[in-house]
Amino acid sequence: MNDESKTPKVKMAGKGVEVFYGAKQAINGIDLEVYERQVTALIGPSGCGKSTYLRCLNRMNDTIDICKVKGLLTLDGEDIYDPNIDVVELRARVGMVFQKPNPFPKSIYENITYGPRIHGLAKSKADLDVIVEKSLRGAGLWEEVKDRLLEPGTGLSGGQQQRLCIARAIAVQPEVILMDEPCSALDPIATAIVEELIGELREQYTIVIVTHSMQQAARVSQRTAMFHLGDLVEVDDTETIFTNPSEKRTQDYITGRFG
Amino acid sequence: MADTFPTDNNTVAPRRRDIGLKQRYAAERRFQLYGKLAIAFGLFFLALLLWTVVSKGYTAFLQTSINLDITFDETVIDPKNERNENPMKLLTANYPKLAEAALYQKLGIDPKDKAQTKAADALISKGARTQLRDMLVSNPDLMNKTQNVWVLASGEVDSAIKGQFDLSVDESRRKIKDNQLEMMDRLKADGSLEGRFNTGLFTNGGSSRPETAGVGVAIIGSAYMMLIVLLTSLPIGVAASIYLEEFAPKNKLTDIIEVNINNLAAVPSIVYGLLGLAVFINFAGMPRSASLVGGLVLSLMTLPTIIIATRAALKAVPPSIRAAALGIGASKNQMVFHHVLPLAAPGVLTGTIIGLAQALGETAPLLLIGMVAFVVDAPATPLDPATALPVQIFMWANEAERAFVERTSGAIIILLAFLAVMNITAIFLRRRFERRW
Repeated sequence: MNDESKTPKVKMAGKGVEVFYGAKQAINGIDLEVYERQVTALIGPSGCGKSTYLRCLNRMNDTIDICKVKGLLTLDGEDIYDPNIDVVELRARVGMVFQKPNPFPKSIYENITYGPRIHGLAKSKADLDVIVEKSLRGAGLWEEVKDRLLEPGTGLSGGQQQRLCIARAIAVQPEVILMDEPCSALDPIATAIVEELIGELREQYTIVIVTHSMQQAARVSQRTAMFHLGDLVEVDDTETIFTNPSEKRTQDYITGRFG
Repeated sequence: MADTFPTDNNTVAPRRRDIGLKQRYAAERRFQLYGKLAIAFGLFFLALLLWTVVSKGYTAFLQTSINLDITFDETVIDPKNERNENPMKLLTANYPKLAEAALYQKLGIDPKDKAQTKAADALISKGARTQLRDMLVSNPDLMNKTQNVWVLASGEVDSAIKGQFDLSVDESRRKIKDNQLEMMDRLKADGSLEGRFNTGLFTNGGSSRPETAGVGVAIIGSAYMMLIVLLTSLPIGVAASIYLEEFAPKNKLTDIIEVNINNLAAVPSIVYGLLGLAVFINFAGMPRSASLVGGLVLSLMTLPTIIIATRAALKAVPPSIRAAALGIGASKNQMVFHHVLPLAAPGVLTGTIIGLAQALGETAPLLLIGMVAFVVDAPATPLDPATALPVQIFMWANEAERAFVERTSGAIIILLAFLAVMNITAIFLRRRFERRW
């Protein structure tokens, strides 16, 4: 990234972000920028705060009563914790894919159309049909399920369910997709398919992914942020982090000395 | 220990460690035995209960009737031909006389033989009056015509036929005399005296004569109350649970409310009766004995049950579904009503039906608001006096006549049948709902 013109635009940024669960501080003041149309991986040992940080980005932490967020978090320069920002609109712009596949216990079709329907993105059944096909194709699931769109989404295999959740997330055309260990419940083959999919999604969406697998971070991301005990140890291009980290803790973690 | 593993294999098997397998399996077998004993114990008492109730109560569904050719004789009913000016005439006429005359004819008794006629009169139920009156009033063309009618036999005849009287005791100490027994035998011989299906049990109201007493009023009263309970406590209960579970902030106040709701579920039902008496009748001025008040009192009683069941059902919906809905930008309201509530519906339904079944069998609070009343006429609206099935059972259990014993058990069978139908409906609806989701 030495060429100045190639420096990507900052999509989301955190400044001095602190998160508290009751009296316990989970994140101790982090500055982290996420660039547009890139995959940013958050790595670090369990309990380091990477999932917590991820959940700040679409305010999913709001659902936890004792959770308090301090500091500044922006999306396209707008403070997302500003009282004028509607959390529903924020989540329509910043979608999320969870650790465990969680399709609604409804048909595949309804799983995809739920989001567009509540946001009023489609005017007719034909519009919805278009969205369903586009989203499922985007998630690489169309060929596998096109003949059984009315069957329950819960009847798919684990990997297919996770791709259905990704399709459901992109159906509302978000700008950012947050992924919280999206492959941890999948087998290696399904993981490979999802990883390939993440690479394709990067062309249209900004992606932030939390992962426990260093190899996965190396494979899918352009930038990697290393968390430890609520601190951001370092953030840099993925290649740099995995070949020439500037912090010893990063080096120790990626070489398997702890974590 | 090394010497227990000989180098020369195939000759001595390695010694097995004693890891207490025998005791573990014995403990498991013992526990299974306790479980089976407990179930057997429960089943035995259930069977005993059902057997007692059914063996005592099945006869209530048959009522002894006498087949008579009744002539609606104008000279008896309306001798002065004044029924056009005075419509009350048809209502107050001496109908029993018609039935008695028909019986004398059938038995070949001289109407002037006082001893014989008195004995024969006592075979016919006093309920024959209303039975014949209703026939004539609904069809005035019957006047002066002869009609074949099954009239109810008196309660004593019914009891004697069903073997509820000990006929071996001395005649003077029996309610039914030898000459009456002889008449009954003659009627029975030509098929004019037999047990017929007792529709009156389901349609009649209260009566001091066992043969004309029925649970009709009680069934209507109970149905009204169930409707009122369903219409008030289900929406209120579900709304309260959703608010408490999904929206309310978790603080001291909601903790206190939660503890109170749990306590309310354990409050003795008679306390709700006192509350209903004070609030609905004394304060709000609602009528006594009305199913409306009964329904409201039972609603208060059912609310905690429904709230607790609904909250449990809402809690059981996996958090991942909530996260999924919120994650694609559903508002909290949309999350609850599009995803959480539909998934919780089977649990809500079960809780509601359990609550309704509890309310259906509740007696104590109804006693306090005056539903333990002798109501003859079917209530047209929930504001009219009515009784309830369990209260009817309670009242009949206090009656002295032998014939009310079988009716008490008969009413219990009807109540149990209603409860069984409700529970089967609950299971059926639950299955259907769960398949959809």
